[in-house]
Amino acid sequence: MDTDTGTTAGTDLSAGTTTAKDTGTAKDTGGGTTTGNGGTTTGTERVRPSARPHNQGEEPLLRIEGLHTHFSTPDGVVKSVDGVDLSVHAGRTLCVVGESGCGKSVTARSILQLVDAPGRIVDGSILWRPNGHDPIDLAAVDPDGEEIRRIRGGEIGMVFQEPMASLSPMYTIGAQLSEAIRLHRGVSKEEAREIGIDLLRRVGIPQPENRLDVYPFQLSGGMCQRVMIAIALSCNPALLIADEPTTALDVTTQARILDLLKDLQQETGMAMMFITHDLGVVAEIADEVTVMYLGRVAEHGSVEQIFTDPKHPYTQALLRSIPTMRHGRREPLAAIRGMVPHPQRRPAGCPFRTRCDHAMPGVCDVDAPPASRFTADHLTYCHLYSHPGALPISPVPDRVDTAGGEPAHPRAVVSTPTDADAPTDAGAHTDARAQAPATPLLEVRNLTKHYTLGGGMFRRQKGVVRAVDDVDLTIHPGETLGLVGESGCGKTTLGRCIARLLDASSGEIRYREADGTQVDLAQLHGRALQKYRSQVRVIFQDPFSSLNPRMTLEQIVGEPLRVNGLASGSALKDRVARMLSRVGLRPEYMPRYPHAFSGGERQRINIARALITEPRLVIADEPVSALDVSVRAQILNLLTELQEEFGLTYLFISHDLSVVEHVSDRVTVMYLGKIAEQANTADLYRRPHHPYTETLLHAVPLPDPNRRRTRQERATTDDLPDPANPPSGCLFHTRCPHASTQLCPTQVPELRPTGDGRRAACHYADELTLSGVATDD
Amino acid sequence: MLRYIGRRLLILIPTLWAISVVTFIIIQLPPGDYLTTVRARLSAQGDGSLGAQELARLTERYGLDEPVLVQYWKWFSNIIFHGDFGDSFDFGRPVSALLAERLPLTITLSVLTLLFIWAVSFPIGVYSAMRQYSVGDYSFTFLGYLGLAVPNFLIALVLMWISLRYFGMSVGGLFSPEYRDAPWSLAKFGDMLAHLWIPVVIWGTAGTAANIRVLRANLLDELRKPYVVAARARGMKKNWMTIKYPVRVAMNPFFSTIGWILPGLIAADAITSQVLNLNTTGPLLLRSLLAQDMYLAGSILLISAVLVVIGTLISDLALAWLDPRVRLRY
Amino acid sequence: MTQPFTTGGPSPLDGPGLAADAESALDRDEQELALASQWKLIWWGFKKHRLAFVCGIITVLIYLVAVFAPFLAPYSSSAHNADYTYAPPQGLNLFDDGSFSPHVNGYTYEQDPETLALTFTLDEESTVPIGFFVKGEEYKLLGFIPWDRHLIGPKDYDGQPMYLLGADSNGRDVLSRIIHGTTVSMSIGLVGVLLSLFLGVVLGGISGYFGGKIDTAIQRLIEFIIAIPTIPLWMALFAAVPDGWSQIQRYFALTVVISLVGWVGMAREVRGKFYAVRSDDYVTAAIADGAGQTRVMFRHMLPSFTSHIIANLSLSIPTIILAETALSFIGLGLQPPTVSWGVLLQEAQNIRAVSTAPWILIPGIAVVITVLAMNFFGDGLRDAADPYKN
Repeated sequence: MDTDTGTTAGTDLSAGTTTAKDTGTAKDTGGGTTTGNGGTTTGTERVRPSARPHNQGEEPLLRIEGLHTHFSTPDGVVKSVDGVDLSVHAGRTLCVVGESGCGKSVTARSILQLVDAPGRIVDGSILWRPNGHDPIDLAAVDPDGEEIRRIRGGEIGMVFQEPMASLSPMYTIGAQLSEAIRLHRGVSKEEAREIGIDLLRRVGIPQPENRLDVYPFQLSGGMCQRVMIAIALSCNPALLIADEPTTALDVTTQARILDLLKDLQQETGMAMMFITHDLGVVAEIADEVTVMYLGRVAEHGSVEQIFTDPKHPYTQALLRSIPTMRHGRREPLAAIRGMVPHPQRRPAGCPFRTRCDHAMPGVCDVDAPPASRFTADHLTYCHLYSHPGALPISPVPDRVDTAGGEPAHPRAVVSTPTDADAPTDAGAHTDARAQAPATPLLEVRNLTKHYTLGGGMFRRQKGVVRAVDDVDLTIHPGETLGLVGESGCGKTTLGRCIARLLDASSGEIRYREADGTQVDLAQLHGRALQKYRSQVRVIFQDPFSSLNPRMTLEQIVGEPLRVNGLASGSALKDRVARMLSRVGLRPEYMPRYPHAFSGGERQRINIARALITEPRLVIADEPVSALDVSVRAQILNLLTELQEEFGLTYLFISHDLSVVEHVSDRVTVMYLGKIAEQANTADLYRRPHHPYTETLLHAVPLPDPNRRRTRQERATTDDLPDPANPPSGCLFHTRCPHASTQLCPTQVPELRPTGDGRRAACHYADELTLSGVATDD
Repeated sequence: MLRYIGRRLLILIPTLWAISVVTFIIIQLPPGDYLTTVRARLSAQGDGSLGAQELARLTERYGLDEPVLVQYWKWFSNIIFHGDFGDSFDFGRPVSALLAERLPLTITLSVLTLLFIWAVSFPIGVYSAMRQYSVGDYSFTFLGYLGLAVPNFLIALVLMWISLRYFGMSVGGLFSPEYRDAPWSLAKFGDMLAHLWIPVVIWGTAGTAANIRVLRANLLDELRKPYVVAARARGMKKNWMTIKYPVRVAMNPFFSTIGWILPGLIAADAITSQVLNLNTTGPLLLRSLLAQDMYLAGSILLISAVLVVIGTLISDLALAWLDPRVRLRY
Repeated sequence: MTQPFTTGGPSPLDGPGLAADAESALDRDEQELALASQWKLIWWGFKKHRLAFVCGIITVLIYLVAVFAPFLAPYSSSAHNADYTYAPPQGLNLFDDGSFSPHVNGYTYEQDPETLALTFTLDEESTVPIGFFVKGEEYKLLGFIPWDRHLIGPKDYDGQPMYLLGADSNGRDVLSRIIHGTTVSMSIGLVGVLLSLFLGVVLGGISGYFGGKIDTAIQRLIEFIIAIPTIPLWMALFAAVPDGWSQIQRYFALTVVISLVGWVGMAREVRGKFYAVRSDDYVTAAIADGAGQTRVMFRHMLPSFTSHIIANLSLSIPTIILAETALSFIGLGLQPPTVSWGVLLQEAQNIRAVSTAPWILIPGIAVVITVLAMNFFGDGLRDAADPYKN
């Protein structure tokens, strides 16, 4: 059954493969147990992961025991991996999940002896047992030796996070592909080329014959990742290690790469070790899950056990802290307090105890917790389950609805006077605003930003990129308008034009002042503009580059007050101190420099700087995308609270649909510089009116293994068209599953009202019934 | 690629023109004009009547009684259309003839030096980067610093002193005294080779040191790139992978050496050539500058500047041929 | 439910337990680190670089020599004694018969009857007592303090001379002349670099700030100047300096000529840094704060590349010292009686002179040591210049 999907290609590959040993238990999505969850339209069903237990008695393909990989640096030994046990079974997918710095990538690299100096495997064993042969201990082999090189690429393939940078820019992809083939298979150059074409076709690259001769930098990131997968699969490995393979990609591309990996696994029966920080991706692809924290395993179990019955407090907290696209009401997220400590200052005992709400003094800070086993393959390392007298915590009964201000997690939320009422208030406000729009705070009309490409002496002008093209937006006071789209859709440019950090090519930015008068910010310059700089503020994406490392906190946060003459001397100092404590930083930190702070703290500084002038409009440009899951929840909660407290209006720019859903009252979707759709959040997520919105929504993996996406019919390309040479007619028609052949390629659709105060730029918005993600259960 | 070459060639024209202007300004720089100098020289020879005739010819030839722009045009057009660079009053001969005597040797030495630099700096640079912080790396790095810190002429002096003192032989010039005027023979050729390596090594030191540093730094950067790990994860042999992937990218500085080594030797190492008593254009430039023989000096400057431009062009084209990112951007 | 183990006790102001744990672990060092300004971080980073640190000290010492040359040198730069042409170096003995009494041995010589050339040998018998802070020729310290003490010299100024590093063709003390040459060689490096800096920062800044056509024009100019080989251009420009100019005029002409060519590297550096910093988010943030152009420029941007410029400067000085040495050596730079290392090496142009008296090459060693030290120092500075790299 695993071969019928592979008939179009790869006969050469499946021939001679010995890895399909475990095919009897191979995946079975087709006959899956579909849970009809309301979505009955095309390809929207969610599929449960099929029950495919592995043979318990069987030795795993890969078994890591007590792995320690340390880096000796001048500042001391960094124990990146400090006692990890895990195993991968033939034909199955193990997801290793954890926040940045937890050692998951180092673990993966240790398997292939790819840890660079000063890193070294100091202890532990990595038993590799393909085809039931005698195991080889990969931790003990020579890192440059013959044996490990035979295994690298030959028996274990690997795919990396940055697809573009993982291919050499100096050689064509064909050259790199056939090199990999010929390294492990004694074939001629011509044969290798044929195999290469087959492989490229199998990984979904159109016109593989022509693509062999292009260079990596001529392809998109998604295409490069397909090439990397083709290279990794070129020798029919028994195990594929994928290290954050979709993190650098857009959500639609990610969805297609995940599909591809699942298909290929089904075809070849290989095992996968998939490393990610994204719980949505885990739920989407995993059979088993290992949760890592600070170089150690926190919990291991099947994907269902992890998501429905998490045992370790860290796993529970992680699951609670992700915004899900399931509830219409906005509630504070349950954040994990603090941040992941540096591996060099790993707390003694249980590494998570400093952030754990259930830590037991005298127990957790003394010994490292032993493994507690619940079922054969569900185990956790936590004293709550092993220490006599400890009260095991109940698994989160309903993780969706117990978020936030639950008394069991008092520290999860910044306590504010309004805290108790916050959730209901927020909900009420949302509804009120949606029904009776007040006079808008900001009206953007026909805003356009064009960039000219090329030019210069003796150079041809290469054309114009319409980064933002004739965009209309309205933002009402007190609301949060979410702006989503894939990278390169112009959302950041639009935000920066509104903040007047970029000069728009044309159009109006009408801002309504407190006294009701309207000014066109696009026309202002110099002093006249300066006045609005303290009313319209920006929160930047990158918490590192957005703070001047050479200025102290006081100088950074006080700068807008100082330059606008709003405060000086001790008054300024007081205001900075108050603002800092308001965003959760100690006022004593004022004389410190940004380098003393972590990413999450820096983002708090960023927020303090934006809000200290008491602005009316805040443009938040991907404020949480650089942050880890647990810290992200803290910042999102903070933003929500501050909005309540100061009556702020947000333009919230993000590529992350679940975050946008969590914070926004209304959402605008952009595609290639134009607005595709605008609607209230709940409406948009429940039933989009534009096929692009639907594509985006379906691409987002949900952190729920019972709601896996099924394969959808999608366009043949996951590439965004060249912005300098956009398609004619509807910009989306090249990727649209619903596109007609006459109207869409020729006529540009207007952004027009489609009922309920919504607008969409699709010719067929009224006819199509599209499906979203939010359900009314 | 063709468009890239075309664009590079087009940029050449204004650059070359600007070089000619600067050269002309330099020719005009010394106080007192050309005629005065010639007149002084002629009267020193005590040949008054012939002098007047000669002066009139020169005035006509260089347009000396006409505006500066006309003078420039006369000088420039003679070079472009007739290959006539003017006369050297110091030698009393056409500049072009003087250059024709010395350019071949100069260019030969330049090419040899270039090859020397490549041959030495490539293996050392790769070794240093791959064995970073090893004893060998430290030694080569220190030698590199030393190579940059010692002036070339000082190395020449020390070498000459050592060979004179301990071997009793003169290493100056290209030939031993017994072969200097002898007809070409195998023995003379061998003698030339025995002398040739000294200027090549001396000129090569600074270039080699610089090249090693750049290659090492570039290679260290490249070795940290993800594609290196990716290539190893495919099962490639470490050394072969290093040569095939990162070294090829890090090689780029090798081609930019073409840009400066060719013209550099024509004029820049005038001082070393002088010390070593070589018949290259360098000492000629020096002598002409000291004697304020400006048409000769200007011409040498012009030629070396033009060679820089051509050298840069060659290295850019070589880079484009080597690196698809450069090639395909245009 | 349960108490977290934060030893410090969380402050009520702490948000969701924020940084409380980090705080508990923060020891004094980290407190200091958190409060460290850019310059402090650079200093710490530089100190870690041991070789660069030592070379930095050497550089400072060389500059001190340049400043206090007349005091440190046993003789003035023009003191000569024709009786001691090419006298070889004397070893300095600190002890005589076990007691501390620094001295050198005197010379005996033979004259070649045909060439009249003198051959000196050190006479073990005769001793010339050496003292510290001895009275000698009068000079003006720092140009205005009249004094006559020298750090080291023969106790009897009018008696037998002392040539620790030998004598040159005119019987002048090589050591004294090297010390005096330090002043000119080192100051030319400094003055030349400051001139280059001025030109480079002004033009590079203009280029980076205004961009567009002005930028293109300046870039073309820079590319063009780079296309002209440096040393010949220096030679040609300097050849135009009239013979009649005084030493001071020649000195400044030389620095101007060197910096006319040298500013391009600086301008490129400044412009490159400018562009890099201008696109940094924190500069955009400053604009969003409402800071005016001047404030953005001087408060937010300039501090982030001053350290780079300083590092770059310290790497340019040795280049200029080398240029001066080469030009003066060949006779196109400074002329005697000015004393610089290049001028001193003019003596070595004649290979016969070198073989008779190899010690006239010693000024070359001074050049090499200085350039080496400053290059290591500059490299260390450059590596430390951006403490925020990681």
